Amino acid sequence: MNFNLNDERPIFLQIAEGIEDGILTGGFPEESQIPSITEFSMMYRINPATALKGINLLVDSGILYKKRGIGMFVVTGACAAILKRRQQQFYESYIIPLVLEAVNLHLTEAEIKSMIERGFNNE
Amino acid sequence: MNDEIIIKDLTKKYGSVCALDHLSLTIKPNHIYGLLGRNGAGKTTLLNLINNRLFPTEGEISYQGASVTENASAQRQFFMMSEDTYYPDSMKVQDAFRWTKEFHESFDFPYALELSDRFALPLTSKIKSLSTGYHSIFKLIIALSVQVPYVFFDEPVLGLDANHRDLFYRVLLERYSEFPAAYIISTHLIEEVADIIEELIIIKQGRILACGDKEEFLSGAYTAAGEASQIDTFCKGKKCIGTENFGGLKLAYLQGAAPKNDIPGITIAAPDLQKLFIKLTNDEYVNA
Repeated sequence: MNFNLNDERPIFLQIAEGIEDGILTGGFPEESQIPSITEFSMMYRINPATALKGINLLVDSGILYKKRGIGMFVVTGACAAILKRRQQQFYESYIIPLVLEAVNLHLTEAEIKSMIERGFNNE
Repeated sequence: MNDEIIIKDLTKKYGSVCALDHLSLTIKPNHIYGLLGRNGAGKTTLLNLINNRLFPTEGEISYQGASVTENASAQRQFFMMSEDTYYPDSMKVQDAFRWTKEFHESFDFPYALELSDRFALPLTSKIKSLSTGYHSIFKLIIALSVQVPYVFFDEPVLGLDANHRDLFYRVLLERYSEFPAAYIISTHLIEEVADIIEELIIIKQGRILACGDKEEFLSGAYTAAGEASQIDTFCKGKKCIGTENFGGLKLAYLQGAAPKNDIPGITIAAPDLQKLFIKLTNDEYVNA
């Protein structure tokens, strides 16, 4: 989970993604309780309504659920669901901008492919 | 009963100088507001009028169906932290807290002591011996400890170091979560409050320039950056708030919903509140 916000994208989206990152890295395990709205608000110095909006986004997408009077918890299977969705978005989020920039720089398809191979070999 | 503060056609003149010019505005309960404006825009005058420290020349401020001017029961629902205080200079901090309790029944004495500890404000110091920063902290602690529906802060972080400003914003958010109230923050440090405020009031030359939900306000503008002549072409027929040139490059601030970021050579981005504020309140920009 990133502890710093940038001003390029809406904050509630960054909060939602930050929680998802936390779930993926094991910081917020499945069936564990995540921090409260107030804690998010104080941690990031943001209005509680913004924190709530980010958390509600994850409730709507079935990543978090509410235990009345206790707080927000991570759904069993959240990790797999986040991975699946992010894999589906990979083309839009990474490949399209990569191809755009490659065209700007006059890099050929073959050159990009070889760079990707190089990246995997260095891993 | 109406729990909003409703301001209608409010005008305040100091001799021939018009500080507020037929200003109308509604302040809702339980929201954090940013009251923004350049020096001399009328922010402090507005706060002083709401808090019965000045009388309006024309117009009215009403709360729960009655004018707030000379209305003791309405004024008990408001608290204003401002530059000047009415405590005798020789009074000690802890005695000032006791006095506040006499005037404001809702004053949470134990909480004031807790905050004094967190800010390391010495309770036995005389008010006049406090540094500028600690004098602000002293006033902030009182404002945060008074549990009323409307709390007004006029330049709350004046003279506070980075650590104390950070602590103030955290404490404000913590208090707001525990005891929801309307917190109206008048400040020049826009970047610092941009993410904390939910509602926005921007005043320019005694008039409302913008008022309402901050996110909505921000989504009504965008920036376009790229090669200057391409940006000029792009801006044609659009409402341009301001531009910046940097060598052969140009950045334009435009009003309206942002278009998709798919024009080759042009980068569309969201403006931040402070930059948008600067463009809108610059003297060159005349609001149509």
